[in-house]
Amino acid sequence: MTNAAMAMTEEGLAEPLLKVNDLRKLYAPGKGVDGVDFELWPGEVLGIVGESGSGKTTLLQCLSGMLTPDSGQIEYTGKQGDKLDIYKITESQRRLLLRTDWGIVHQHPRDGLRMGVSAGANIGERLMAIGERHYGTLRSTGEAWLREVEIDTARIDDLPRTFSGGMQQRLQIARNLVTQPRLVFMDEPTGGLDVSVQARLLDMLRNLVVDLGLSVVLVTHDLAVARLLSHQLMVMRGGKVVEQGLTDQILDDPQHPYSQLLVSSVLTP
Amino acid sequence: MTSAALNHNPDSQNDSTGYNFAYLDEQTKRMIRRCLLKAVAVPGYQVPFGGREMPLPYGWGTGGMQVTATIIGQDDVLKVIDQGADDTTNAVSIRRFFARTAGVATTESTREASVIQTRHRIPETPLSHGQILVYQVPIPDPLRFIEPRETETRKMHALQEYGVMHVKLYEDIARFGHIATTYAYPVKVNGHYVMDPSPIPKFDNPKMHGNPALQLFGAGREKRIYAIPPFTRVESLDFEDHPFEIQGWDQACEFCGSDHSFLDEVVTDDEGGRIFICSDTDYCNQRFETGARQEAV
Repeated sequence: MTNAAMAMTEEGLAEPLLKVNDLRKLYAPGKGVDGVDFELWPGEVLGIVGESGSGKTTLLQCLSGMLTPDSGQIEYTGKQGDKLDIYKITESQRRLLLRTDWGIVHQHPRDGLRMGVSAGANIGERLMAIGERHYGTLRSTGEAWLREVEIDTARIDDLPRTFSGGMQQRLQIARNLVTQPRLVFMDEPTGGLDVSVQARLLDMLRNLVVDLGLSVVLVTHDLAVARLLSHQLMVMRGGKVVEQGLTDQILDDPQHPYSQLLVSSVLTP
Repeated sequence: MTSAALNHNPDSQNDSTGYNFAYLDEQTKRMIRRCLLKAVAVPGYQVPFGGREMPLPYGWGTGGMQVTATIIGQDDVLKVIDQGADDTTNAVSIRRFFARTAGVATTESTREASVIQTRHRIPETPLSHGQILVYQVPIPDPLRFIEPRETETRKMHALQEYGVMHVKLYEDIARFGHIATTYAYPVKVNGHYVMDPSPIPKFDNPKMHGNPALQLFGAGREKRIYAIPPFTRVESLDFEDHPFEIQGWDQACEFCGSDHSFLDEVVTDDEGGRIFICSDTDYCNQRFETGARQEAV
């Protein structure tokens, strides 16, 4: 058990939020996810790094209920402390979880946003899906969240396609956080953005994660992003976890040859 | 009605045309009747059916015609309206089609009709128990505009994931300051399925609620049937602070003086002259003949 986890235990949150046991989803031998175990505690950010094709995205899809695994369990602790086996509960429960308790930030904002409707409607959609029927409330919530993610509130009625890449990504984050989820999955949230925009986004994300006490599963191939955001790190290769531990520990003192290679391959300007 | 249709001898052909009674063969009618039963049992649910080729193009009422052909019997009296009018091309053609292929009596009077096929309107005259209203539907799925995948929309209907319907209304208010959807206004049927009421004006939406008549919807191109049984709860979607409202007019009908029916604007000259008349011709004629205007004056 990690220090962060110990702290949580002392506060009375003795349960991990997400418990993954021997998760397996193979497209071919060595392709996909081949037996992954981990625990994610409330307020913890777990980074998953690894090269392309190492199974990062497949793992994320399995975790977030979008891809049924071949075997293994994923146990989620609900708001009332109830244990939910993600692939045993009904599809309706799973989809409700996805819309309320969870958030998914896609690499491409286009996959996560409705490009045909305004920014305000994008933020309000989840609220309307769980029964909010007051336009004024939706409107003010929309404005509040635009401010939160540093988008000019005057743009609330503009279509996301008129936004820049960084703004689209921030809008996607706002859209996910509006129902105050407890667990957010992020797939390369800073991919495709230039470094200055990346820095601002990361800064914002870090603040939001701390303020809202979010648990995050963060998939990235950028070690700098992992170091900045995540407490725990998992290094994947060929569908297997080759090293797992505290982020600083792994990045400063990698043990596995592949982790060493990964850390030594980072370019420094 | 259907009792007469079921008693009808399937082997007998209409001597003058050579077609089976009401054009469709009996096997097809049985298939459509099964779908209709399912549709009535699950109000608002879209039941797929094996749509047949009809002797007119998609979009001209093929879905409605197949439903009508299936439920009509020899004793039925048929009325067909298009945008409320009995005398427009589409209405005249479909009425004549059934007069020829089924030999049934036709009427323009809403009260006398037992089956009414309609495009874009619900008659102003209140319907009574035992009457059947058949709608022609172009796009049956209200979720289609925002979710193009059929597999996904079916799931959304099953799980009642209707948040996106309000996204559409939200967009209206954000853009125009009020709910600007005026026709095909989405409704929730019997507290579960959200349904596209076909392109009727939202003026007619309240008439669907608790209507004593049976309402059947047929979409020919999309091959879907759905229904609202008599006395079913039908609610139009809205926001708490932007409630559902129907259209209103400052004018009254030029012919009959009605100030409570759905009015069409008619341009009369090229100098800005225009009049408003009832879109429901039968209703307008009735009022005109009974001298409602004189009484009003």
